[in-house]
Amino acid sequence: MQLTPSQTIGPFYWGTIVKAYRADLAPPGVAGERLSLVLTLHDAEGAVVPDGLLEIWQANSHGRYKHPDDRRNLALDPAFDGFGRASTFTDGSSTFSTVKPGRVPWPAGGMQAPHINVGIFARGLLNRVATRLYFDGDPANAEDPVLKMIDPARRPTLLAKKDAGSTWRLPIHLGGPNETVFFDV
Amino acid sequence: MTQDLYHRPDPGTHPANLSPEYKSTGGRAPRRPAIVLPQTLSEITGPLLDSEHVGDSENDLTKQRAGEPLGERIVVHGRVLDENGKAVPQAMVEIWQCNAAGRYHHPGDQHDAPLDPNFYGGGRVRADRDGCYQFITIKPGAYPWKNHHNAWRPAHIHFSLFGPAFATRLITQMYFPNDPLLAYDPIYNAVPAGARERLQAAFDMASTRPEWALAYRFDIVLRGRNATPVES
Repeated sequence: MQLTPSQTIGPFYWGTIVKAYRADLAPPGVAGERLSLVLTLHDAEGAVVPDGLLEIWQANSHGRYKHPDDRRNLALDPAFDGFGRASTFTDGSSTFSTVKPGRVPWPAGGMQAPHINVGIFARGLLNRVATRLYFDGDPANAEDPVLKMIDPARRPTLLAKKDAGSTWRLPIHLGGPNETVFFDV
Repeated sequence: MTQDLYHRPDPGTHPANLSPEYKSTGGRAPRRPAIVLPQTLSEITGPLLDSEHVGDSENDLTKQRAGEPLGERIVVHGRVLDENGKAVPQAMVEIWQCNAAGRYHHPGDQHDAPLDPNFYGGGRVRADRDGCYQFITIKPGAYPWKNHHNAWRPAHIHFSLFGPAFATRLITQMYFPNDPLLAYDPIYNAVPAGARERLQAAFDMASTRPEWALAYRFDIVLRGRNATPVES
């Protein structure tokens, strides 16, 4: 069978998808280091993108994905799905409350550094754009096989930085001199 | 190098990110090639939305308000499959669309056409074990947009699908067969010829409901697994 091609989400998705809008991934009782993620979407000129949709997908604090293809014997948190989705606001940002993911293995051996998978949709994007968020300063980043694949000059585009308290911020640039590293998954 | 669990799309399937006829791609399409990532647990898992409760009537867009919406009532149905022809059971299918006059129930849509107080334009359904889904809705109108002089979007319904993995996520648009506006639409035509035709639903006489509604069939094919699964 032949794959169905992708099309843009367009600017008017608001009505439906918001029904499954999830900005708070970690209700009380979910284990792990709680944090707030602020992702801000920018276009090639640096202007904020106020009509985007951001999705995140992550392992729980034990490094386990809530999915049947993750068959490792690690704890699942019943209340933690690991999926978030939120529109960008007028300032281009989406905020998620979650926990820091644990490490997951690399197929050729070893472990990946803690990271969150990010999917980006917007008017003007004909395909979903995918990237990853890593945590700046995490010692595991030095041995992460994905970060090692990337030109060191561009690695900072994937590193969220912590500000006061437990808020981590990551600007995502769709283009321009600071274009974020995107992945073909 | 381990084998990918999910097929990589053939070139000629998806639109190029930078498609100059569609003006908004200019400032938003990434210019640098995406880095091809080996598929790890992060890519082969994904949200199944199994904790999401979908109400029985969320697939009927004509029953979401006090009265019935204006327009031509239609059935839109099909199957969610993967490239191997295997059903994607329990797939979440989300849709949204404008009303029969070509206006979205959205504060950003300022097209000079009436809103329909009886049409919200959003619905969702979970496919059954065979990947079958069905919506009842009204046929959306065409509407102008400012991409170029006298630009009109062909009638379309937006579809959002997750499939089994982060790697299978897809958002697309369903069009109606033989719409004369398709030839002029930069979004539809951004998809390579030979693939864009898959976005046209088929008129489905056998599924029409006599005295009640015409029917269209739209099968959706998501990325499938390679024959030999990867072990990690």
